[in-house]
Amino acid sequence: MIDPLAGDLTDEIQAAVTRSSRSLLRRLLKKPIAVASLSFLLFIVLIAVFGPYLAPHDPNAASAADVLGPLSATHPLGTDSAGRDVLSRLLFATRFSIAGAALALIVAALIGVTGGLIAGYYGRWFEGLSSWVVGILQALPGIVVLLAARAVLGPSLWTSMAIFGVLLSPAFYRLVYSTVTAVRDELYVDAARVSGLTDGRIISRHILTVVRGPALVQASFVAGVAISIQAGLDFLGLGDLSIPTWGSMLNEGFSNIYTDPVLMLWPSLAIGLTCVSLVLLANALRDTLEQSGRKRRRTRRDKPASIPPIEREPIVSHGGDHRFDGAEVLLAVDRLAVGYGQGDGSITTVVEDVSLTVRRGEVHGLIGESGSGKTQTAWSVLRLLPDGGRIVGGSITFEGQDLAGKTEAQMRALRGLKIGYIPQEPMSNLDASFTVGSQLVEPMRVKLKLSKSAAKARALELLRRVGIPNPERTFNAYPHEISGGMAQRVLIAGAVSCDPDLLIADEPTTALDVTVQADVLDLLRSLQSELNMGMILVTHNFGVVADLCDTVSVMRSGRIVETGPVLELFARPQHPYTQSLFDAVLDESEGSGSVAADIETADTNGALR
Amino acid sequence: MSETLVDIRDVVVEYPAKGFGKKPFRALKGVSLDIAAGETVGLVGESGSGKTTLGRAVLGLAPVTGGSITYDGRDLATLSKKARRGLAHEIQVVFQDPYTSLNPSMTIEQILMEPLTVRNLSVKDARARVRGLLDEVRLPSNAGERLPREFSGGQRQRVAIARALALQPKLIVCDEPVSALDLSTQARVLELFKEIQQRTGVAYLFVSHDLAVVRHLSHRVAVMYHGEIVEWGDAEQVTTRPEHPYTQRLFLAAPVPDPVLQAKRRTERHELLANQNRESTSTVAVAAV
Repeated sequence: MIDPLAGDLTDEIQAAVTRSSRSLLRRLLKKPIAVASLSFLLFIVLIAVFGPYLAPHDPNAASAADVLGPLSATHPLGTDSAGRDVLSRLLFATRFSIAGAALALIVAALIGVTGGLIAGYYGRWFEGLSSWVVGILQALPGIVVLLAARAVLGPSLWTSMAIFGVLLSPAFYRLVYSTVTAVRDELYVDAARVSGLTDGRIISRHILTVVRGPALVQASFVAGVAISIQAGLDFLGLGDLSIPTWGSMLNEGFSNIYTDPVLMLWPSLAIGLTCVSLVLLANALRDTLEQSGRKRRRTRRDKPASIPPIEREPIVSHGGDHRFDGAEVLLAVDRLAVGYGQGDGSITTVVEDVSLTVRRGEVHGLIGESGSGKTQTAWSVLRLLPDGGRIVGGSITFEGQDLAGKTEAQMRALRGLKIGYIPQEPMSNLDASFTVGSQLVEPMRVKLKLSKSAAKARALELLRRVGIPNPERTFNAYPHEISGGMAQRVLIAGAVSCDPDLLIADEPTTALDVTVQADVLDLLRSLQSELNMGMILVTHNFGVVADLCDTVSVMRSGRIVETGPVLELFARPQHPYTQSLFDAVLDESEGSGSVAADIETADTNGALR
Repeated sequence: MSETLVDIRDVVVEYPAKGFGKKPFRALKGVSLDIAAGETVGLVGESGSGKTTLGRAVLGLAPVTGGSITYDGRDLATLSKKARRGLAHEIQVVFQDPYTSLNPSMTIEQILMEPLTVRNLSVKDARARVRGLLDEVRLPSNAGERLPREFSGGQRQRVAIARALALQPKLIVCDEPVSALDLSTQARVLELFKEIQQRTGVAYLFVSHDLAVVRHLSHRVAVMYHGEIVEWGDAEQVTTRPEHPYTQRLFLAAPVPDPVLQAKRRTERHELLANQNRESTSTVAVAAV
């Protein structure tokens, strides 16, 4: 049975989707340039529609008596060389010029958008065929095609504009095609498919909404091009002489430029202002769309979201581990605070009151959930906070020097040489356009002042050391030719290449498979003990901390809540937050058991009820 | 054992390679699996093992070039697009990334109403259903008016679960649904999955790289490696006493959150790797002889 109200639901949703386009218009109307150009275009369109009814004379009625007549009550803008009324001609010309441009625009948009949608969404053979056709269309010199068409089909405004529309269609095709291919594989489109939506509905709901904005911008540009080309054709005298257009009026004025220069003024103004308005509108549209688009993007390098303030509470500190008591203190972070400047000049603090020490040979784990400030803390030791972020309080003492007060040049000398860094995403931290080898050799030549051959020998040695089976081949490979696990080994090799005293590893195994993670952890452990480095390991995985760390600090909302030797803290977590994290760890022994067991318990529960 | 819901037999999935004359990429090399009604089948493996592809094949999103996927007496692999759409309310999905699986420009209510449009419900009934769904996944009832970006990862994943539940499916394919979530959020979302299953009797095909997550939820577990299932059986057995060498490696590679146990496991892992290496060299040697 079909519910008569079913249509309503679809309409309802459709209406809600269009609501977003209404808000686009509202935002657009806040820009003065957009308002000005929109009003002028509206004015032109009104003239195109109603102008002919206002025209005082027949635009083609020639009068030998009124040739090149002056401005008068009967002819407010004077007459041209055939004695025709300029105002009437201008009013009619607006209609034909706009209609011609509109025809070209509609043809271009229809072909381009439909083709782009089909090619982008379905792909397969149509994709290949259409990109060939579009390539050929773009290769054709437009003006030559129009001239040829005129020779064969005769001078007709409509034919030439329709043909020009076809020639312009690649502009829409390429845009829509690239937008659609980007959205096609989004998971929400897959989810809609799984929900049983037809392709038509998926396209109208998920695809067209994304295409709409850029296509509007493009339409505005294309309309400008269509108007100027059409004016150009008529100006050259290649158009249909029986109908007035801006271009033919320009032609007329040009031939009388010495006798009556004002004739040039009106069509030039019309063409110029319309094209300028279209381009300005397109720019304003694009700016508005980009502003709304930017908000959605979020990358890891973004400023962290502001965190709810949390009341100051004593840090739970464990004792009991004296293995590192005699060792030299490498890094002492004291009451560190990190903040991000806001637009209004205030500062949002994301890390507060963080104190920790790392001794030579000690691995200090920073663990916490996203937004806990663990990565921000690590970055501030490197002084590599993202834009807007800075150390707003406390000190970072590394081998007796305060890093917070160092200049950028002094920091650069320390990074790599004294402090090594292993990032989270191995692939995005290798430059795709250089070989692995050159990215290892370059820092060593700069930092250690090694010769080219010595640096290469050391790079190969390092690659062997980090467990890469064929160092020569990896040395000459480009990043895309090696796996993620290999890339992380390469970055580890790079981080230890200058014998740093302190290594900062930011989620070094998060992007890796479990078996690769185990190998990389083994590697880090053996390198760390071999080089006797201090290390800060940022992670969200308790297993990784248990595997590698000597000391651990648990962070929440920018603060350390509990800190101590790993053995002690894991055995007796004191802080309620730490305890809740341990509770959330999935227990090894606990499982779902068999279906039968579940059904049994469900039955007993039912019986009890 | 309950009745079989989905029967996957020797499924092969091949993606055509770019360029002429190139061999297509074989993501699944003949995989067999069955899912009973109300059961959770865990599918564990590392990147590139084909676990996600198998999930997508069941959903009709991957090109099945061989074998069969029988659901309710019909072969999903050969079903027409239209007939496949008719089955939409029986098989649903929760994807990994809660950030891209919800259309950023639609409100939560629009997102949840989307599957209902195929059900021909009245606006009033659909609204009521959306409120019910939000309640089922423990989201506030006013969440409907808001956009996805106003929610945290865990909350978005709840929306995605609500969308999957909208049509009261018999099977939900869960593709790494908790991998992008924080530890404590992950535990809560897993509890939600369990609770929904106990209440509605829905079956899950639960795809994950995390053995601990799969163990927590699954009745039976399949381990995938290079496009094949290498071990398949009772969850308890596969996840605590694995028999296949790869599953053994996988099992011992995951670090335990206990320094003492982890040190022990690390030694076990090194011994296992040494043993397996020795065996593989000796097999190679035997083969060479």
